[in-house]
Amino acid sequence: MRKLAGLLLGAIIAISSTAMAWAADTVKIAFIDPLSGPFAATGEQGLAHYRFAVDELVNKNGGVLGGKKLEIVPFDNKISAKESLIQLKVAIDQGIRFIAQGNSSGVANALTEAIKKHNKRNPDKRVLFMNYSAVDPALTNAKCNFWHFRFDANADIKMDALTDIIAKKDDIKKIYLIGQDYSFGKAVAAAAVKYIGAKRPDIEIVGNELHPIGKVKDFTPYARKIMASGADAIITGNWGSDMVGLGKSVLASGFKKPIYTYYAASTGITKTFGADGKGPLKLVQEGMINPPASERAAAYMKAFKAKHPNKDMGQPRIANVVEMLAKAIDKVGNATDMVAVAKALEGMEHEGIFGSKIVMRAKDHQAIQDVHILAHTDEDITFDLDNSGFGLKVESTVKMAAADSATTCKMKRP
Amino acid sequence: MSLVLVNLLDGLVTGLLLFMLCSGLTLIFSMMGVLNFAHASFFMLGAYFAYQISTYVGFWPGLLIAPVVVGVAGALVERYGLRRVHKHGHVPELIFTFGLALLIEEVVQFFWGKSQMAFEEPEILKFAAFSIAGNAFPAYKVFMIFVAVGIFLALLYILTKTRVGMIIQAALSYPETVQNLGHNVPLVFMGVFGVGTALAGLAGVMAGPVLGTFPGMAVVLGSIVFVTIVVGGLGSLWGALAASLLIGWLQTFAASYNVTMKDVLTSVGLSEPADLATSALRDLWTLTLPQIGPILPYLLMVLVLAFRPQGLFGKRET
Repeated sequence: MRKLAGLLLGAIIAISSTAMAWAADTVKIAFIDPLSGPFAATGEQGLAHYRFAVDELVNKNGGVLGGKKLEIVPFDNKISAKESLIQLKVAIDQGIRFIAQGNSSGVANALTEAIKKHNKRNPDKRVLFMNYSAVDPALTNAKCNFWHFRFDANADIKMDALTDIIAKKDDIKKIYLIGQDYSFGKAVAAAAVKYIGAKRPDIEIVGNELHPIGKVKDFTPYARKIMASGADAIITGNWGSDMVGLGKSVLASGFKKPIYTYYAASTGITKTFGADGKGPLKLVQEGMINPPASERAAAYMKAFKAKHPNKDMGQPRIANVVEMLAKAIDKVGNATDMVAVAKALEGMEHEGIFGSKIVMRAKDHQAIQDVHILAHTDEDITFDLDNSGFGLKVESTVKMAAADSATTCKMKRP
Repeated sequence: MSLVLVNLLDGLVTGLLLFMLCSGLTLIFSMMGVLNFAHASFFMLGAYFAYQISTYVGFWPGLLIAPVVVGVAGALVERYGLRRVHKHGHVPELIFTFGLALLIEEVVQFFWGKSQMAFEEPEILKFAAFSIAGNAFPAYKVFMIFVAVGIFLALLYILTKTRVGMIIQAALSYPETVQNLGHNVPLVFMGVFGVGTALAGLAGVMAGPVLGTFPGMAVVLGSIVFVTIVVGGLGSLWGALAASLLIGWLQTFAASYNVTMKDVLTSVGLSEPADLATSALRDLWTLTLPQIGPILPYLLMVLVLAFRPQGLFGKRET
């Protein structure tokens, strides 16, 4: 009996110690984004890409710190700032030190504030914020902090690149700006006014308006106003159903000129526009999918499509987040000293898989990279979106967009 | 001036679409005395079913089959769901329809995912019927107008000129008396519920290609439907039509004209604060009509409830 008890005890100790060893074997990244509700499609695509990226780019090549694997732990924030702060707390309580979030600048603003406070109060349990999509310029300007890193080009940088291209088009004389009524929509409009005014003062801004976000049932009246204004191009930061509604109404009203967008692709949007969008619809984005930037990029895309035939790689930069974070952890030699990891990320230069060099600018933690104007088309598309035959093809590129742009960030370093 | 004409037409389309949704709901509401929270969900189901059917056999069969399927589903919900809950009073019924709305949304996401569906208008109607001052008016919208008007006339005929219609009208006001006279009132309820949801389904089929087919489409339209039937008056077909058109035009015109609060306030003699950025009334001064457009129908509802609680065409108090 005693022997048996001893054996059992031994077994329990053995099992629990291996379990602990196994648990310590991974470096966890908390993915806090919408996994339910109206924006879940975007969140789930991001999660799929993160999981694919850590496996394909890091874990298959031996992981980090000589054998530890990266692991993505998903948390559903229902795209609410309040819920995100609760999930952040849960993630920190589970001992997770890296936070990835991207959808909604409102959420990112709340998270960056909370993380700043947390890191101040808990110097032994600091966390880093990998912002892969929230593009409100304030995050790397007035509200910047040492723990926040942005891997996407922010709204100002995208607009800077976009207006570089628009400035070369002499046939554009009138531009209509329309966006959703919240911080991001306002930032896009303000940036457009600023850069167009500086680069092409002769262009008239014939409309600059914000509509309620997610509440407009029918965009036809807005489309009529745009037609009546005689605009030669539209610039919009709309996303989700607001993008589809606006685009469909404008095209149905007979608009044939360019519609420059930030987010008119994937999660059903590309398929919904289909042939109607070919010609007018343009996107400004980092990451070169078509034509593939390299054989490595093509193989990566192909493997992703083989694993997730019904999902798209809508946010190519996720690959950069994973690779750069792994690099920084390896350089420091641990995944617990957040000051050192943050310093390793600062100023890091990285050859991204999608054909652009990425520099994590030290003064504001904003990634500087190539920004492309992409055309919605079905010609020369190697990797389509929504399995629709239509995809995004690089039309023009601004190398290292806005590399020397100013920032109001006054970063306090620990 | 031509823009006014375009807006009138656009508002007409929006209003008639709203009418297709409301005509069924207003009958259901006045019959059961309970808001059917799931009504807009049947609208969404119509769009999704039609999309699914259209991927196999095209748009036109979907237009006919999807509303029928939705109507049968609605009738079954009434027969095996609502009727059982009815015994326990209004609150359980309300909760039942609310739960149903959530359930339908989840089911839709389960089968079709959370993305936009590429549900498109049929090729044959993909052209501009005419254009006014450069504004194309799609043929599909002309088709929508004809379908909605046709439905209104058919409903009007059935409700006022046929025996079934008379029984329904009587059952709306005095269900017990009608039952005592030997009519099968539960069957009437089931029929009206089925037809009402079928109309919502038809509205969904019509709206799907224009407004987008996505899991949030029920939520976007859900509350406005209730506003419309309260404004129009319960159980009144004419009321539903008038309120739908009123709200359709209200929203279209509000979104079309950039009247700013600044213009309004200065025209009544107020002067803009010198330093707007720090003024407490900053938000008031920078408001524009398109921004407050979405709340105008609710404002209208508050006014109607305050001054004419039975609605514009209603006979009974709400």
